[in-house]
Amino acid sequence: MSEAIRFLKPRAAVLARRATIVDDLLDLLPPECVVHEARELVPFETDAFVAYRRLPLAVVLPKTTEQVAAVMKYCHRYGVPVVPRGAGTSLSGGAIPQEDAVVIGLSKMTQIIEIDPANRTATVQAGVTNLSISDAVSPEGFFYAPDPSSQLACTIGGNIGMNSGGAHCLKYGVTTNNLLGVKMVLVDGTVIELGGKHLDAAGYDLLGLVCGSEGQLGIVTEATVRLIAKPEGARPVLFGFDTSEEAGACVADVIGSGIIPVAIEFMDKPAIEICEAFAQAGYPLDVGALLIVEVEGSEAEMEAMLKKIVEIAGRHGVRTVRESQSATEAALIWKGRKSAFGATGRISDYICMDGTVPLGKLSYVLEKTSEIVERFGLRVANVFHAGDGNMHPLILFNANDPEDAARAEEAGNEILKLCVDAGGCLTGEHGVGIEKRDLMRHQYSDADLNQQMAVRAAFDPGWILNPSKVFPLEGRPAA
Amino acid sequence: MTLTPHTENDAAYVIRNAASKGTTLSILGGGTRAGFGNRVSAEETLSSSALTGIVDYEPAEMVMTAKAGTPVGEIEALLAANRQMMSFEPMDHRGVMGTAGEPTIGGVFAANVSGPRRFVAGAARDSLLGIRFVNGRGEIIRAGGRVMKNVTGLDLVKLLAGSHGTLGFLTEVTFRVLPVPETVETIVVSGLDDHAATQAMAAAMAMPVEVSGAAHLPPTVRGRLIGGQLPEGEATVLRLEGLEASVSVRAEKLGDMMRSFGSVSRLGPDLSRNLWQEIRNVAPYKGSPNKPLWRVSVAPSVGHQLVAALRLEAGIDAFYDWQGGLIWMQMEADPEEQRLRRYIKALGGGHATLVRAPATVQERLSAFHPEGDAVAALSARVKQKLDPGGIFNPGKMAGV
Repeated sequence: MSEAIRFLKPRAAVLARRATIVDDLLDLLPPECVVHEARELVPFETDAFVAYRRLPLAVVLPKTTEQVAAVMKYCHRYGVPVVPRGAGTSLSGGAIPQEDAVVIGLSKMTQIIEIDPANRTATVQAGVTNLSISDAVSPEGFFYAPDPSSQLACTIGGNIGMNSGGAHCLKYGVTTNNLLGVKMVLVDGTVIELGGKHLDAAGYDLLGLVCGSEGQLGIVTEATVRLIAKPEGARPVLFGFDTSEEAGACVADVIGSGIIPVAIEFMDKPAIEICEAFAQAGYPLDVGALLIVEVEGSEAEMEAMLKKIVEIAGRHGVRTVRESQSATEAALIWKGRKSAFGATGRISDYICMDGTVPLGKLSYVLEKTSEIVERFGLRVANVFHAGDGNMHPLILFNANDPEDAARAEEAGNEILKLCVDAGGCLTGEHGVGIEKRDLMRHQYSDADLNQQMAVRAAFDPGWILNPSKVFPLEGRPAA
Repeated sequence: MTLTPHTENDAAYVIRNAASKGTTLSILGGGTRAGFGNRVSAEETLSSSALTGIVDYEPAEMVMTAKAGTPVGEIEALLAANRQMMSFEPMDHRGVMGTAGEPTIGGVFAANVSGPRRFVAGAARDSLLGIRFVNGRGEIIRAGGRVMKNVTGLDLVKLLAGSHGTLGFLTEVTFRVLPVPETVETIVVSGLDDHAATQAMAAAMAMPVEVSGAAHLPPTVRGRLIGGQLPEGEATVLRLEGLEASVSVRAEKLGDMMRSFGSVSRLGPDLSRNLWQEIRNVAPYKGSPNKPLWRVSVAPSVGHQLVAALRLEAGIDAFYDWQGGLIWMQMEADPEEQRLRRYIKALGGGHATLVRAPATVQERLSAFHPEGDAVAALSARVKQKLDPGGIFNPGKMAGV
C-alpha cells in the first residue's frame, strides 16, 4: 500500500464516539441499510485507485432522499465526515473513505423514477448505473450519451461527482452538458432541487457548479438527464499508422477540417497488443498506433463522412483502414477499447493518468510521456480519447514492489505536470480525488484555489464532505 | 463616473480600490443589454470597453481566447473567415431592447446568451472553457482552461456564466467553436395549432435526423419573419444542418414523417439562415419598447399549456423555440408577473425572465425568477464568497 498521499488526521472526538454513532445510525435507518462490522466494511475501504485504502467508521446504504437527509443532518450535527460513494469505480480515489467517516453508498438507490419521451428526459435515483439509463430508454429510441468505459458498473451519481466523460463525448459532451437537474442533500440535511426538465438556471448556475464537484458540495440523490435519439446506424472504423506521431497529426487534422465524428479513440502499440489479446477484436498488430473513428447516421451519411476521413488519413500515411462489417464486429471493436483497463490489469498493475492537452500537442505529449516513463524504468500503454485531447497513459508497474510503485506515482505526477505545461488540465474525466490533489497548485495559483475553496465553504463551511479530496491539505481555510 | 481600465491589472487595481472604500460598481460591456435584469443603482460604472482583442485563435483546435470587451461582430467575422462559428448562436438583443452599440463577448457569457441551437448543442456556458476575472476583492482569478474537458476542481466557469456581472468582472474568455455546417435546410409544417405543433416537434426530436432547431410560429408571428415568405397559417419549423448529402437524406425522411401532422414545405439554405437568425434575435417583437417581453423556460411539452392558460386572462402574443420549451412572450400592457410565475410552478417548474419593460414596470417587479428559500440562501452565500462587499451590480439579480 502506498503512503505518499496523506489523508486528513481522523477526528479523535469522532473516533471516540464510534459505538454511539453506529447506534444512532441504526436508529435512523433500517438495519439492512447500515454496515458496521469490520469485515463487512472491507469492501468499502478503497475504490479503483487501489493503492490507497482506509476502513470507514460505518457505511450507510439509504434507499430514499429522506434517509440520506437524515444521515447528513446527523453527521453535520456531530461533525462526522461523510464520503459519498457510487459504485466505487473512481480511478482518482474519489470514493476512498477515511477512518472517521461515514460512507453514504448509493447502491440501494437504483430506481428509475420517470422516462419522459416527449421531453427527452429520464429522472433516476443517483445509484442507477450509467448503462442502465440507456437500456431503460432504448425501447423509446433514445440513449444517454456520456459513456465512461466503466458504464456497466458506474452510477449516475458518481458520474455527476466526477463530471465523467467517455468515448462518445467528442460529439455529445460530458456529464455536465447532459445533466438537466438534480435533487440533492446539502450538508445540514436540507433537500434542494436544481434545474429540472427545463433548460438553464433562473439565477446562478449552481447545477453547473455541483456537477464535477466530487462530493464536496452535497449528496446528489436524483438526477434528470437529457436523452438523445439513437442514430440510425453507427460504424467504428480502424485506422492503423506506423507511428503515434502520424496518428496524432491525423486526429488534429480531422478535427481541424470541420468533421466531428462521434468518437476518435487512440491506442499505441502496447495498448493494441493488450486489448487484442483480451478481446480478439481484429485490431491490426503490425501497426504502431491505431485510431478507432466512429461515424453515425444513415448509410449515405456514414459513407460521406468516412470518405473525407479516409482522405485525410491518407495524407498522414495511414497503413490500414478497416471498416467493421457487422454489428458483431463493431461490438468487438468497442469491447476491446472499453476493456482496455481491465485487460491491462490482467497482465500488470497499472495506474491510469487522465490529463487533457490541446490537440496540437498530442504528438509532443505522447513522445515526452514515453521519455518520462522510460526514465523511471517503467512501461506505458496509451489508450485514450484523442478527439478531445483526453490522454490516459497507463503506467505499468509491480504493486508488490514499493519502490516500483513509488516510481510509477512519480512518473504519473510528471506526466500530469507535462499536460498542464502543454496548456492542458490535470484531469479530463476522472476527477482530482486524492490522486491529483497535491498537484492542484501546479495548475492553479493560490488566489485561484482560495477562491474555489471559498465557494466550497458556502456549501460546507465545516469541511465534512469528502474532506481529504480535491484541495491540497496545506493552506486550507480554518474550518 | 465610468472607469475604463485598459489592462486586467488596472481592472484589479480599480476594483481593489472600490472594495476598500465600499464603492458600488455597475458593470458595463457594450451596453446592448443594459436594461436586462433589475435596475442597478451603483456609484460608479466599470466598463470592459478598453479590454479588447482576440488573444489566441487556433482554428484547428476550435478554440478562441478573447478579451472580454471584444465586440462580438469582430469575433464572428474572424470565425466566419475560417468557416467556424459559436455553436450556441448568441442572440443579439439590440432589436428587442432598442439599444445601440456593439455587444461584447464578455457580455454574451456574463448573460449566458444562447439561441435556437441551445436545446441540442448546449448554452453559451457549455461552450465556455475558461475565464479570467477579477473578484470583488480585486483578486485576479483564473478558472477552467482551453481544452474541452476542463473541469479540475470546482467549475467556477459555469458559475460565472449567466451571473450578470454580480460575481466578478470578466476580463478574458476562452471558448469552443465549431465548424459552420456545409449546408442548412428547414422543413416547414403548416397549419398546426400550438398543441399539435408541440407533438410534431417532439416526434421530430425522437427521430434520428439530428434536428438542430425546432420552433413554432403562430400566425401573429409567422408573417413578421423573412419578409412574410413562410406559407400562410401557423408555421412549425425544423432545421437540419450538416454535409449536403446527409441533409438531403434527412430532409426527405423528416418531411415524410411530418406529413402525418400537416402540409410540408422546405426552405433552402439562404432563407433558412435568415429565418433562424431572426428567430434567434426575436425579430417579431422588436420595435415595441413599451410592451413587456418575457423569456420563459419550461419543459417543452407544457409550453403550449402555459400560453393557452395565460391567453384566457391576459393580452399576450407568443412564439416557441427549443421544441416548445422556450417561449418568447410579449404582453400587451400588464406584465402579469404573478399569474405567469404561478402557472409555471403549476406546470412543473421553470423560470421567466423579464427581458424588456418600461421603467415604471421594471421598478415594481423582479426581472429574474425568484428561487426557493434554500437555493436563494445558497446563492447569497456564493455571492458573498466572490464579492464579499457586494460591490458588483448591486440588486441586478433576485436576492443577491
